[in-house]
Formats: sequence, structure tokens, C-alpha cells
Amino acid sequence: MKSLEELMAIKKKMQDKVAVRTSNGSTRIVVGMATCGIAAGARPVLNAFVEGVSEAGLSEDVIVTQTGCIGICQYEPVVEVFEKDREKTTYVKMTADKAKEVIEKHIKGGKPVTEYTIGAAKL
Amino acid sequence: MDELSLYVLDITMNSVRAGATEITIILREDGEWLWFTVVDNGCGMSAEQVKKLTDPFFTTRKTRKVGLGVPFLTMLAEMTGGYVTVKSAPEELFPETHGTTIEAKFGKNHIDFIPLGDIVETVKTLIQGAPDVDFIFRHIFPTGKVELNCAELREMLGEGIPLSEPDILLWIGQYLSEQYDEVRHAG
Repeated sequence: MKSLEELMAIKKKMQDKVAVRTSNGSTRIVVGMATCGIAAGARPVLNAFVEGVSEAGLSEDVIVTQTGCIGICQYEPVVEVFEKDREKTTYVKMTADKAKEVIEKHIKGGKPVTEYTIGAAKL
Repeated sequence: MDELSLYVLDITMNSVRAGATEITIILREDGEWLWFTVVDNGCGMSAEQVKKLTDPFFTTRKTRKVGLGVPFLTMLAEMTGGYVTVKSAPEELFPETHGTTIEAKFGKNHIDFIPLGDIVETVKTLIQGAPDVDFIFRHIFPTGKVELNCAELREMLGEGIPLSEPDILLWIGQYLSEQYDEVRHAG
């Protein structure tokens, strides 16, 4: 059984990192989680970003958050990436696999995956 | 939406957006029925708003003109021989006891019933999005129950560690999954 002792061990590990963790967060990944997003498959996309950022060891610089409907429901799941020195990148019709690719190429590699952006989608 | 757990996520998001600080989600399965209840202490709705909830062309959002959350849930519940009821106390009239309670009943054996799906993922998603909300999640079976209380977890973790931390979410997922395994073995 998953024990509370294990939770306490995580707590201890976290407390050591706390000072570092609250200092940054220069990149924000925002996933649309309204009815339109959820129906289109946003839950596994959000999960892929949360786990991917953690696995890549980027939790100190990258925050994954949720938002409501931004008004382009036909393109859901929609993911916006906000960075310090770049214009916002809007990814559309996302999947968990595309999310992994975005983490690899964009979040880690610094190059947005243009083919998944709203600019590449046929308007 | 092809999993009931996605409806649970969608409907509970309404409570988060209503500014609730305490949200209790209860699933209860007994025989051929499944009940799903969400109780929140959010801003509530007027009687007029509650009446319009099942109208797909009613929403308080500014980004679009349709609101499908409650209509979807109602359609699914009624298709399986169940129902949806909404009771709400708006903050303006009930400054101390405001909030909304939504209850849905589904016929599990009906051909139009859809599987519950990954409810653990739904709970994790809710906590990730609203780590400061006191969620209570309870799934009751005739053979036992699965339970999570965020206020208790937060108390154990102390200040400064949000429940949205990936390691904590992972722990929560495993904690719930193991409880589900126990309940299933008991059955």
C-alpha cells in the first residue's frame, strides 16, 4: 500500500528544493481545459506536459497550468506556450504524442514545432 | 466524450471556476445504478440561471456562445434512464451557505451508458489545476470505498509544497489506484 511515509519522504525531498523552485518559472505552458478542450482530448495532453516537464527535469523553469476556453473550440486541444523573449506560440489539435515532441524540440530544444501551430492549420 | 470520468472532470471544473474552496465529489455504485454528486461552496447561481443550465445556448462565458457541459451530462444521464438535478444557493442571497450541488444518476446496464474510464486521471487533473482547493473524492462500492482528502494531505505536507507538484500528483495517482485494487479484490 502506498504509505503516508512515502509521502513524507517526498515532502522532505521537496523542502530541500523549495527555495530554488519558487525563484523562476520563465516559461508557461497553458492547456485549455474547458468542455471543448476536454471533449477533444485535453486531459491526456495536459498529463503528457506535466509528466514530460518533470521527467526532463525542467520543473524549476517551466510551469504547466490550465485555462478555460479561449474561443477557438474547433482547434482544441489548444496549448499556448509563453516564453520570456518570444511571442506566444499557439499549438492546436494536440495529442499526448505531439506534446512529447513539443517538449523535446521546443521546450528543451528552443525551436517551436511549426507544423503543429495555429499558423500551419488551415484556417 | 467517451468516458464518464471526462464528464466528472468537466462538471467539477464549473465548481472550480465558481471560486469554490471546498469541493466534494462522490461516486456511488450499487447494483445497476451509478450516482455522481458534486457539492461545492462556490458563488452559486440564481434560480433563473439554474433553469437555463440545460439550455445549450446559455453560458456566462464571453469567449463563445454555447455552454454544453450540463446539457451533455443531462443527455447522457437521461439516455440511460437516470436524471440530473441541480440545487444552488447564490452568494448574494446566502452569504454564509452559498454553493451548488449537482447530482446525476446513470443506469449502468443501459446500452447507452459509457464506461467510467480513468477517474484517477480526472482527480489528478483537478488537483493539478486547482492545488489550493480542498477536494474530497469518494468512490463508494458495496464492497468498500476509495477516498482522498486534499485538506488532510496538505496538512501533512505543510506549507510551501503545492499538491500540484508532479511527485505529489504521482503519489496521489498510485494511492488511489491501490485503493481501487483493494476494493476490487474485496469484491
